[in-house]
Parts: sequence; structure tokens; C-alpha cells
Amino acid sequence: MYDVIIIGGGIVGCALARELSRYRIRVALLEREVEVGFGTSKTNSGIIHAGHHAHPDTLKGQLEWIGNQMWDDLARDLNFGFSRIGELLLAMQAEDLNHLEELKKQGERKGVTGLEMWSPKRLRQEEPNLSHDILQALHAPTAGVVNPYEACFGLIECAQQNGVELFCGQPVLSITREDGGLLIHTSRQQFRGRFILNAAGVFADQVAAMVGADDFKILPRKGEEYMLDRRLQGIVTRLIFPTPTVSSKGVLIIPTVDGTIMVGPTAEDVNDREDLSTTFSGADKVFTAVRRYCPAISERDTITEFAGLRAVADSNDFVIGPSPIKGFFNVAGIQSPGLTAAPAIATYVAKMLRGEGLALDEKTDWQAKIEGPPRFALMSAEERRAAISRDPAFGRVVCRCELVTEAEVLYAIKHGARTLDGIKFRVRAGMGRCQGGFCTSRVLDLLSSTLGVPLTELTKRGRGSELFYPRDDRIAPGDGL
Amino acid sequence: MKSPLQKTYDVVVVGGGPAGLAAALGAGEAGAEDILIVDRETEAGGILNQCIHSGFGLHHFKEELTGPEYAERFIQSVLSRQVTILTDSYVMNIAPDLHIEVISGDYGHLEVQAKSVVLAMGCRERTRGAIRTPGFRPAGVMTAGLAQKMVNMKGLLPGRRIAILGSGDIGLIMARRLMLEGCEVVGVYELMPFSNGLTRNLVQCLDDFAIPLRLSTTVAFIHGRDRVQRLTMAPVDDQLMPILNQSWQVACDTLLLSIGLIPENELSTRLRLKMDPATGGPQVTSTLETSLPGVFACGNVLHVHDLVDFVTEEALRAGRFAAEVAQGRRRPGDNISLQTGENIASCVPHSLSPDREQVVYLRVKRPLKDCVLTIGDRYEKVFRMLIPSEMIRLTLGPEILDRYFGEHLKIEVHPGEVA
Repeated sequence: MYDVIIIGGGIVGCALARELSRYRIRVALLEREVEVGFGTSKTNSGIIHAGHHAHPDTLKGQLEWIGNQMWDDLARDLNFGFSRIGELLLAMQAEDLNHLEELKKQGERKGVTGLEMWSPKRLRQEEPNLSHDILQALHAPTAGVVNPYEACFGLIECAQQNGVELFCGQPVLSITREDGGLLIHTSRQQFRGRFILNAAGVFADQVAAMVGADDFKILPRKGEEYMLDRRLQGIVTRLIFPTPTVSSKGVLIIPTVDGTIMVGPTAEDVNDREDLSTTFSGADKVFTAVRRYCPAISERDTITEFAGLRAVADSNDFVIGPSPIKGFFNVAGIQSPGLTAAPAIATYVAKMLRGEGLALDEKTDWQAKIEGPPRFALMSAEERRAAISRDPAFGRVVCRCELVTEAEVLYAIKHGARTLDGIKFRVRAGMGRCQGGFCTSRVLDLLSSTLGVPLTELTKRGRGSELFYPRDDRIAPGDGL
Repeated sequence: MKSPLQKTYDVVVVGGGPAGLAAALGAGEAGAEDILIVDRETEAGGILNQCIHSGFGLHHFKEELTGPEYAERFIQSVLSRQVTILTDSYVMNIAPDLHIEVISGDYGHLEVQAKSVVLAMGCRERTRGAIRTPGFRPAGVMTAGLAQKMVNMKGLLPGRRIAILGSGDIGLIMARRLMLEGCEVVGVYELMPFSNGLTRNLVQCLDDFAIPLRLSTTVAFIHGRDRVQRLTMAPVDDQLMPILNQSWQVACDTLLLSIGLIPENELSTRLRLKMDPATGGPQVTSTLETSLPGVFACGNVLHVHDLVDFVTEEALRAGRFAAEVAQGRRRPGDNISLQTGENIASCVPHSLSPDREQVVYLRVKRPLKDCVLTIGDRYEKVFRMLIPSEMIRLTLGPEILDRYFGEHLKIEVHPGEVA
């Protein structure tokens, strides 16, 4: 019997897992995909929002700013990249100016620091590649960027180090009630839990429906993102937001934590919870939009594109709290600013569980920090030399575009990478200009030899996405040979 | 392990593919004594090692060899000249004073000083992202070169029912290769109204195996969440945009991309070499020297070739000139700048000297029939057919070049009719 079972290993589930790992309770996390972070989180824009966007009367508005302030510690403890590059919200037309003023006031009411209006002159000085037609911009220095999947991997590694049990590749099929708890049936086994936290993202309403706790609906909203060539690195140095609309914050220019420029996302309501396709119209919307405020960006610089689904609840706010079913809690509808709020959601939920009678006694030996993956590309010459003499695997370059070594790939496999995408998102092998043309076979060899799995069984991202087929050496009669 | 390297080399060659091997050979022939090749693979030979088909060497050796055979001849010649080949090693950085940092699987961090450097890093394939194909991102979409590596080096198949986008030579070769492996190749689809492969490959790889080639066609959508299930194909208009109301579906489990090659110039860019946007490679003089004195470039890192024989020829010269510079000898500086005119996509080198015979490589922008190629006002050559996928090689002697001493020299093609 687990004290708490978390369903869903996205950023929210992983943050919950780490938060609960502080206490002397037994916690399991169930993830349907073969690795954590492989759903919506993997395709998130990676923005830690400045804190002023969401209205303070909403739950997302309250948790946004609290969450924002937690990321410095998280990034330091879990050794992933985070940089507070700041954001600029642009007013392109006269009616946008009011909106900027309102947002500034809203932010100041929430306690967001450093908000400042920038004149066109200041803007041109700070971001000379932006359009000269911008009327004014609201600068928010508290905004930052992370790689959301790196945060997931770091959070889960820390949670596991502190005793949380992780079960991947186990979609929840049904949940039944029992004395003193709930019984979860996955495709492979059963889990008994006293408290269940439903952090199943775009599938959260379906999971809630398994116990009749679905008083909300998830309306997936698709976002397409386009990653641009390093040629454009530095074209803007801050997050660039247009004035938002009702359904989205608009198409953004995102200098990622790795320094590359990404543009997107679109916002399109879709019915299919697996619709991760990019489209001609999506690309058109993204590039038409960003060229209005940054004319030098061209779609021809695209090196890759992808789409993700936001788990928007019909209430348009986070759905966090107990359900009519005893022990079953929803942590659902986590749309933007969900990534920003995730660590705050985790502490909010922990407090709630305590209120529901779960004894949360802190462990004396809880480890906040993890070793974290080595990053050869970011090391100084001295550090590189030391790393290679410590472990010769640092001397073998696996991915030349992103300068990833064998040692990093082996670390990733040791910490849960099972697929080509798992390696890619953990160590960046295959993320660069050649998009895996060179490193794919080397990565597959390492996965195969380390895990003892034949090459033909290795996948891109789990069962059904096998990459290569065995050669058919049989010669059929009548082949004329 | 102790470094196997000397502190200083006359010539350091970056890359041990056909260009790097020939450059080392050229350098040796020109009298360089200490030559080092650094290659990232565990064996020299570069992409030739996975090109197990024949057709290599017709110009250089006057016989037909497979890729590995062609590579082997050069590896043997290079080794007989006491050239050091450092494999499984990666050039991290080249400083402007030609101090080179290498990391090696066997020896860790190494540093050497070069008197001259030959860049021979080759090229990489364009990927799906570069053409922004809409749809899902399933397994089963890969470049033709990766498929070639997996089939020929690992004995694995990329799929069973294959569609190929792009009619580049690797795609054509792989169409035939996969047919021979028992796969079904449903078709080769080319965005442009003309093929991007060599004519001989169109005949030997597609026609001989009854594989259809559809021009002016692209993939408009990739279907399948986990593995490719089918493709939406569409004809394209004059602007190369898909005409979606004329689209059709093709069932397949694999999409191979053969949509172009890009010179691999990360080191060159970091060295801040002057680049040519038309070739994607560095600008070079008639001695194949880049804008940084002592740094030379040849092969596909300079401009993408069709035939390895031309790579060899170019690299032998680059190696020779690099060796001369290492030994303190210099040819007269160039004083004629070459300019691409009408219908010319690119030319290499970018400048010439009138003192000796020069080799110039050109590509046209579009197919042209019965046309006249002119260089300045002194040179005319009639061609029955010129196509972008077949590089043009010209030799220009002092008798022509002397006329342009200290001038710009423009190369143009005037079409008789557009093909």
C-alpha cells in the first residue's frame, strides 16, 4: 500500500514526486509513456513566466508568481539550465497600450518586481532587431527559460534518490475503490494507494472518469513550435511576447536556455488527444506573426518543428483539489503558466494532503541535490581535460553538432533513458543541425550494448516506434536467383 | 595513454574521407614530411565506407570500384607515406595560429601545432526540419544516408515499404539498394521539375528497377503517431507550394529524405573564414586557400561534388599547396576575381592567378539546352545540355587569363533554349 500514488510523470507529476519525497511516506509515480516528461512537458515552450500574466483571482494567477520564485533553487539543486533572461511584452497598436498598463499594475499588485515600460528608443537600444514600429514594451526581468524535459528528468532523479518508486510504460486502465484506499490497474500490475493524485495532463478527465470524479473536461489546445538555426542566435536576447488574446499569449520569440531561437506556439483547440502534428497553416501563422515584430526571422531557418497539447480545463483555470471520491485528488487543467507554477503546485498539494490527514514528517536524510548530468559542451578546457582523464568515455564524441560525449549518453541510460528520444532530450544528441544523421547509429549501439537489447527492438519513443527492421535473408522461391 | 603525436606537423588534415586522404597524399607528394589526418570515425574512408555500390574511380583510376575499394587504395597509399591517421578523434578547435585541439577516444585531450591545415570535413544531409514537412514525427523518417549506413554497415532495414523524397544521388542509390534487399520502393518524389541526381543513377537505379520518379511533387503531410503509416503527396505550383486539392495518399512505413547536402563548416565558421553563401563552403583562392592564410579546403566541405574522382583531384591540389606553404613556398597571389553571372549558381575557386593552368568547377541554376558558356570576352564553349546536378569542370590557361590581369572575370551561360 502506497501512501500516495501520482498518476502522470509530466512536470507536475515529477514536481509532486520530488516534493513528497521529503516526507516519510511511500510514494509511487505511474507514467503511461516509456519515460517521464514524454507527453505535454516535452513540447512545452520552456518559459518561466515573469509572474504578472495571470489574474490574481485565479489559482493559476496565485501559483504563477510563487512558482516563479522557486526556480532558482530548483535549477541549482537539480543542476539543469535556467536563466532569467527577462521578457518584453510588445504594444504594436494604440489599443495595446492600455493592456500593457493594466498588466503592469496587475503584476505590481501581485508583488512582481522590476516591471518597467520601455520606450521605442530604449527598445531599439536593447533589442535592435525588433521592428521599429513597436509603440512601447513592458519589460519583466523575472521571466526565464529552462528546458522543461531537463527539469522533469532532474525532479524525478531527485525523487527516486529519495525513495519514490517510478513505473514507466504503465498506462492506468481502471481504478477501483477498496477499504482504506483505491486500487489502480495498469496494463501490467496493480497499485494500492491511500491517496491518488491525478496529474494525467491531457488525459486527466479520462482518469478522473474512472472513479466518477470528472466534474471537469480537458480541451486539448495544440501549439506548434519552430526551432531555428543557430545563425539567428542572439537576434533577441529576451522573451518576446505580443499583446495576448483570450485564448493564448500569442506567438512568441523564445531564446531557449541553450541559446537557440524558437518561435511559437500556435493555439488551436483540437479533439484528438494524440494530435501532435504540425501543419502548413500553423507554420504560416507563426512566421507571419513573428515577422511583424522581428522582420529578420525567416521560415527557411527552421531546423525542426514540433507540436504539443496544452491540457486546458473547461473552467480555464487549474483544477486542483479533492474530489467527491475519498482519497482521489485532481491536479489537472495545468495549462500556461503550468510549468512556472509546477513547484508551487507541488507544495500547495502537499499542504492539502496534510489537511486531509496525511502525516507528513520530514526525512532527516532527504537529499535536495542530485549529481545531475555532466555537460561536456559547457565545460571549460580545464574541466574537459579533467573529465577525460577521469573517464575516457568523455574523449569519445557521439554527437558532433551539440558536442555530446559517450560518457553523457551512458549517464543518461543509467538514469532511465530507454529510447532514442530519451537520449536526445537528456543529452541533446540529435538535437543539432544534422538532427541525428550522424549520431543515431552510435546512440543506438550504446543503448543496445548497455541495456542488452537488440537494435531492432530499440524505439524512438516507446512500443510501436521501432526504428529499424531485421533484414530478411530468406530467398523466396521464384525470385529468379 | 601516451600521446602518439608529435608537437608539430607540416600539414594537419581535418577529416579522413576521400578529400582528407587525397589531401594528405598530395601534401606528401609535394614534400611535406610530417602529415596528420584526424578522423572522427574508427576507420578512415569517410562516407565511402558505406557506399558499397560500384561506380567510383572511373575518372581517377579508369576502372570501376566500390566505395570501400576506392577508399582502401588511398588509405594504403597514405599509410605507405608514413602519414599518421588518428581515428575516433575530433578536432575541437583550430586557433588562428593553427594550434589545434583534438579529443581522442584513445588518447584523451591532445594539442598539436600545424604549419598548414587542410579542411576536409565533408558534408551532412539536409533533414526534415529544413523543408518543414507538416505532420506527425514518427519513427521511419530518416535521411537516405542514415538508411544507407544502417543497411550496409549494420545489416538492418529502415522499413519494408519505402517512399523517397528528393532525387539526390544517395536517394537513388538507396532506392535500388532497398529493392535488392526485398523492400518495396513505392516511388521517388522530387520537388523540382528536374531530377537532382546523376543521369546514370536515374537509369541504373530507377529505370532498371521500374521505380517511378514523380517530379514537381512533395510530401504534404506525414501520418502515423509512432511509425509512419502513410503520406499525403501533392503536386507543387511554380512557387513550389503544394496544391493540396490535388493531393493523394501513399501507404508506406518509411520516408527517406534525399533533399540535398550541406558542407560541414562549423570549424570554418568558428575560424571566421569568409564563406560563400552559394556553396555553403569557404571562399578560396586558386590554391584552395581560405581567407585565413595557411588554411586550405577541399572536397565536400568546400562545395558539394557529384563524383568522388573530382574530390580526389581537388584534394590532391589542396594538399600540394598546403605542403608548399608549410615549407615556406608560395605561389603568386591571385589577381583575378571570378564572378558568377547569368544562370551560374556557384563557382570554385573564387579567384585566379594568370600564371598557370587553373581548374574551375561550376554549377548552373537550372537545366539548359544548347547553350553557350562564356568567360569574359575570350572564352566560349557550347554545351548540348547543362543540368544543376552535374558539375561543370573547366580548365583555363594563361592564354585566356592573362587578358584579365587585375580584373573581375564573369562566367555566364546563355541559353539556346530552356530545357
